[in-house]
Amino acid sequence: MAHDSRPLERIEKNAGLLGIVILVLVSFGGLAEITPLFVNAHTVAPAPGLRPYDALRLAGRDVYVREACYQCHSQMIRKLRFETQRYGQPTDASEVVYDRPFQWGSKRTGPDLARVGGKYSDAWHRLHLISPRKLVPESNMPGYPWLERRQLDYADVMARMRVLRRLGDPYTDADIAAAYEAVRNKTELDALVAYLQGLGVPARQAQ
Amino acid sequence: MSARAAVATKSAETYDDHVVRLFLMAAAIWGVSGMLAGVLAAAQLAWPALNFDVSWLSYSRIRSNHTFGVIFAFGGSALMGTCYYVVQRTCHVRLALGGLARFTFWGWQLAVLLAMTTMPFGITQSKEYAEPEWFIDLLIAVVWVSFAVVFFATLMRRRIQHIYVANWYYGAFIIAVALLHIVNNIAVPVSWSKSYPVYSGAVDAMVQWWYGHNAVAFFLTAGFLGMMYYFVPREAKQPLWSYRFSIVNFWALISIYMWAGPHHLLYSALPDWTQSVGISFSILLMMPSLGSAANGLMTFKGARERIRESPPAKFMVTALVFYLAATLEGSLMSIKSLNALTHYTDWTVAHVHSGAIGWVAMITMGSLYAMAPRALDRPAMHSHRAMEIHFWLHTIGLLVYITAMWTAGLMQGLMWQATDADGALTHSFLASIAATHPFYVARFVGGMLVLAGMVVMAWNLWHTAGAARLDQIKPILVPIPEPIPEPVPDQVPPPLPARG
Repeated sequence: MAHDSRPLERIEKNAGLLGIVILVLVSFGGLAEITPLFVNAHTVAPAPGLRPYDALRLAGRDVYVREACYQCHSQMIRKLRFETQRYGQPTDASEVVYDRPFQWGSKRTGPDLARVGGKYSDAWHRLHLISPRKLVPESNMPGYPWLERRQLDYADVMARMRVLRRLGDPYTDADIAAAYEAVRNKTELDALVAYLQGLGVPARQAQ
Repeated sequence: MSARAAVATKSAETYDDHVVRLFLMAAAIWGVSGMLAGVLAAAQLAWPALNFDVSWLSYSRIRSNHTFGVIFAFGGSALMGTCYYVVQRTCHVRLALGGLARFTFWGWQLAVLLAMTTMPFGITQSKEYAEPEWFIDLLIAVVWVSFAVVFFATLMRRRIQHIYVANWYYGAFIIAVALLHIVNNIAVPVSWSKSYPVYSGAVDAMVQWWYGHNAVAFFLTAGFLGMMYYFVPREAKQPLWSYRFSIVNFWALISIYMWAGPHHLLYSALPDWTQSVGISFSILLMMPSLGSAANGLMTFKGARERIRESPPAKFMVTALVFYLAATLEGSLMSIKSLNALTHYTDWTVAHVHSGAIGWVAMITMGSLYAMAPRALDRPAMHSHRAMEIHFWLHTIGLLVYITAMWTAGLMQGLMWQATDADGALTHSFLASIAATHPFYVARFVGGMLVLAGMVVMAWNLWHTAGAARLDQIKPILVPIPEPIPEPVPDQVPPPLPARG
């Protein structure tokens, strides 16, 4: 066991070298797994009929994100028979290209919502969001009564759409201008219901 | 005393423990508040009326305060505090850049406080374990880089040539977390309280779970292994079982962990090859994980007396057992057929908490109990009995918690899969929610016990720190020891970590 048998000894005695070797080694995994997806992202075409979220749905989606609904509801139907039987066809990457951030979730305290659009009426959603146990006594979902009391701000929604356009989402000037009419006099509850009712609908219509 | 003073005059430099004490205090406070948020969230899942229809008290907003509070506020303060303590002892040198070190304390506390006061008001990116909005992320990045500067500057001026293994882990933790934090949080702000990530859809999912998984790997594993490699030999009062083994495990652990992120997205819309690569590395990960756990446990070989008489040693041994169990479980859960059953269920919650309450919290508590009297210049903790009580409250709470969640998760997974003879699904989703209720109640009870233990710990630390609170601690008189002679090549085992 001579000195040479410990090739790592130089690293163990040099703080700078130690830091550099660590940085190199921890970088491999991310580079190998993220870079190809990032490069490929431009080749994943949006699903047929999929448009960026219109103003009201975008506002609703941002309410969904703000309330962190993903903590209990996934939006990812896995490629498993019992999942497709319960929730519908598996979620495809082409369906979520406009999702910032993605909302696949990691835990289902409540059911998956990837294809919940059109399953229930608007009135059902409104009542359920305000007071879930009036409709589903066994539910342990919190109520969100404050959504009904909060008005949307069209200028804010327009600003959001402009940022998303800068990030590459194909919003036209007309899309953004339409936000004024679409969002005026609407509450956060209206927006959230519109978002939920649109979930999975483009894919269903494309079939 | 005279001998002590004599050596003290020989070396004018003393250890800088003021910042260590600050972090110790912060860890105790955040530990209690983070776990309190967890207990509230657990109660809300069992009894939804406790959401009170108040936005900032709602489960969906409280839950991130729990995860952020225990991981980054409690865990982060404990990691930074012990890191500053350990790097000084193992390098026989005073912390470099004391002013910057104090900035890392106040900066980190401000960042965590901002995060935990904005999230309940809906200011969140909704990226799991990376919830704070962009302006807090910027502050975190600045603090983290300062932390790296203090740590590596201290390493640079060390008086012992060989860098002790605990410091490699702390170093890897600091470097990798900086990388993860920056890459995952690249976003374009709309206003001060809202931003959109530059990644979307499947790419965002990949980046997020590369981050989420490695937050576990480098924040909750590498950092705490650094703690383990210093405090376990210290508490066992004998050298590390195998220094060479720790080297192998270190390089394997840091290179393999980064690849395993995709196992959070199996059967999803992520490309299949990415999932397969993630699974392969998750299985490989078993080796360095079991190796590190074994190395720590074997260090207690022949030291059964220590385990019996020292509560910190009890915490450490239990922590290592749960580290072993949780990492083994994690590798198994990344296998597709098992993942199909466990994913999205409370089994995941059980797994996370066997790692978090079992491994992370217990190695932290053991290390803090071992460190506190030394950093506070006291002969021992205020109450030995309170440490024993804490150990049993914590262990029983942990067992109740994970047993309840394991059972609930297994049940949910089976109920979601079950089909009748005619092929129709047997259970509605709602049936699984109703069936889970008793387990949520049991989980709440387990969480209460863990929280109660943490309160006992905070009480004990408060009394141990009496002199420190009155500002009576003089710069610690224990001088920095003479450098231990460099080990001859291949001396096994290498010398004990420094006294102090």
